[in-house]
Amino acid sequence: MNSSVITFPGSNCDRDMDVALKKFGFKNKMVWHDALELPKSDLVVLPGGFSYGDYLRCGSMASKSKIMKSVLNFAHGGGKVMGICNGFQILVEAGLLPGVLLRNKYLEFICKNVFVKVNNKDNSYFKDINKDTLEFHIAHNEGNYFCSKEQIKEIDDNNQIALFYSDETGNINEEDNPNGSIKNIAGIFNKEKNVLGMMPHPERMIDPALSGEDGSIFFENLINNLR
Amino acid sequence: MKISIVITLKKDVLDPQGKVIHQTLEGMGFDGINGVRQGKYFEIDTKESDKNKAEEKVEEMCKKLLANLVIENYKIIEPQ
Repeated sequence: MNSSVITFPGSNCDRDMDVALKKFGFKNKMVWHDALELPKSDLVVLPGGFSYGDYLRCGSMASKSKIMKSVLNFAHGGGKVMGICNGFQILVEAGLLPGVLLRNKYLEFICKNVFVKVNNKDNSYFKDINKDTLEFHIAHNEGNYFCSKEQIKEIDDNNQIALFYSDETGNINEEDNPNGSIKNIAGIFNKEKNVLGMMPHPERMIDPALSGEDGSIFFENLINNLR
Repeated sequence: MKISIVITLKKDVLDPQGKVIHQTLEGMGFDGINGVRQGKYFEIDTKESDKNKAEEKVEEMCKKLLANLVIENYKIIEPQ
């Protein structure tokens, strides 16, 4: 399985993602934002970080960079595109996912472990994951998912919510919502479910000695589903 | 020609920064404030000399980059 991780000026989780993808069997290539064409890929990842210093709006500059044309074509053709954290912000700014990520409700940068409940397993990203909640890490200032009332209805009707912030057993409560996002949303799909954006970082949970293993479950499952 | 643009958050969008500014102003003794909303201001200096054409171009810039129409409105201020 071939994967590509795009590096924008200011990306800082690109190498972690490279390590994670390779650990679970992907042949990964790093792609600079200035490139015109994606290498042959089964999965494209937009990593976390602070592309373009978060100028104007998070992800807005990166969403217009040269490589994004090729990423848009790839996604429109059904290719799997995953955006983590700043990558999620880039995907909404690029119009591949609906809505927007606003400043966290309490104006704090949040850096901690959270539990997320998997809402939709009918897709290559979460199919066959046998746990209902996963422990991932979040680190962001703008993770407060927002969209209009009409959009949220459409997202719900199309089963586009991927992950909710929850407690360890999967209860979705206001107390477990770290950033004020609508309905505790931590990640969403496009209509076709080939594009996934999420604020939590699975690549930070691939080593039991350092953090945890729920990221390992995610990546192992992902490569098996793409095979 | 210089064209100015003001970008404001739409009515239904939460503006926590505006809220904190509001509270701080009240704490400083400025009474009677109904609300504060924070926005953005741009000045674009363009080579275009035709006013209508310049405005058209700036409008396109607003739609494509400067504003995110999911949460923001833009207003182009008459060029001088």
